[in-house]
Amino acid sequence: MEFFKQITGNHVMFVIFAAIIIVCSILTVTSRRILRAATFLLFVLVSTAGLYFMLNFKFLAAVQLTLYAGGIVVLIIFSILLTSHISEKFELISFKKIIFSAIAAVAGFILCSITLLDYGFNANNAIIQDIDMQVIGNSLLNYGDNGFVLPFEVISILLLAAMIAAIVIAKKRVKNNDKEKIV
Amino acid sequence: MEIGIPIEAFLILATFMFFAGVYGFLTRRNLITMLMSIELILNAVNINFVVFNKYLYPNQLQGHFFAIFVIAVAASEAAVAIAIIINIYRKFANINVENIDKMKY
Repeated sequence: MEFFKQITGNHVMFVIFAAIIIVCSILTVTSRRILRAATFLLFVLVSTAGLYFMLNFKFLAAVQLTLYAGGIVVLIIFSILLTSHISEKFELISFKKIIFSAIAAVAGFILCSITLLDYGFNANNAIIQDIDMQVIGNSLLNYGDNGFVLPFEVISILLLAAMIAAIVIAKKRVKNNDKEKIV
Repeated sequence: MEIGIPIEAFLILATFMFFAGVYGFLTRRNLITMLMSIELILNAVNINFVVFNKYLYPNQLQGHFFAIFVIAVAASEAAVAIAIIINIYRKFANINVENIDKMKY
């Protein structure tokens, strides 16, 4: 009984989100239907946004929902619909490849987990406090202490370059003899 | 208000997601599913950034901002990768990595 009294809403939420993330991330990489894999990826990203809400990073959670769950997954689903049939199933992967990849992944997971549990972090309990929207905006455009204007500018140039690159790569190739007709 | 969950729980969850992405990257043969595995890996790293920020340095915002920057990088990476994938599909009519070896010989 003593054990159940210590369980708070946070524990319940964390267990739910963790279960969704674990199950759906395995299904994302093992599902043989590509559209289902994309849907499971969407579930993983949405529950990650839930974790951010739990930690009270509201702005980051909103960015995660709009950019990851809203933008990237929709882009991936569009390209799936352009390049493959919905009912198409992948061939079975060879057993040897599955075994070796699983051994690599599980060994890495165990090694990292042992290191994490051994390290002994100082803080075991985060205190939840609000982050002002104003603070975020000010430090994005500030060049003093706690200012992030340089990475902000670098990211904006990267986004511009990526946009131009995506247009140039995906544009239809023009043949030499009818170059004049197509603008 | 305290959150009541140890930091290791979050970190192990992120580690699990990371290695699920690694497994997918090693076994998948379709370019779009490999891209999805990379998104899983980036997302796991994001969780790590945010949790370290919240638990170890609660008065600063470095982890928060770098998570936002990682999301921006992931978005531009997805855009360019999908442009390349669609261009490859136009040339080869499928997007399995085994069939795209024209530049090898």
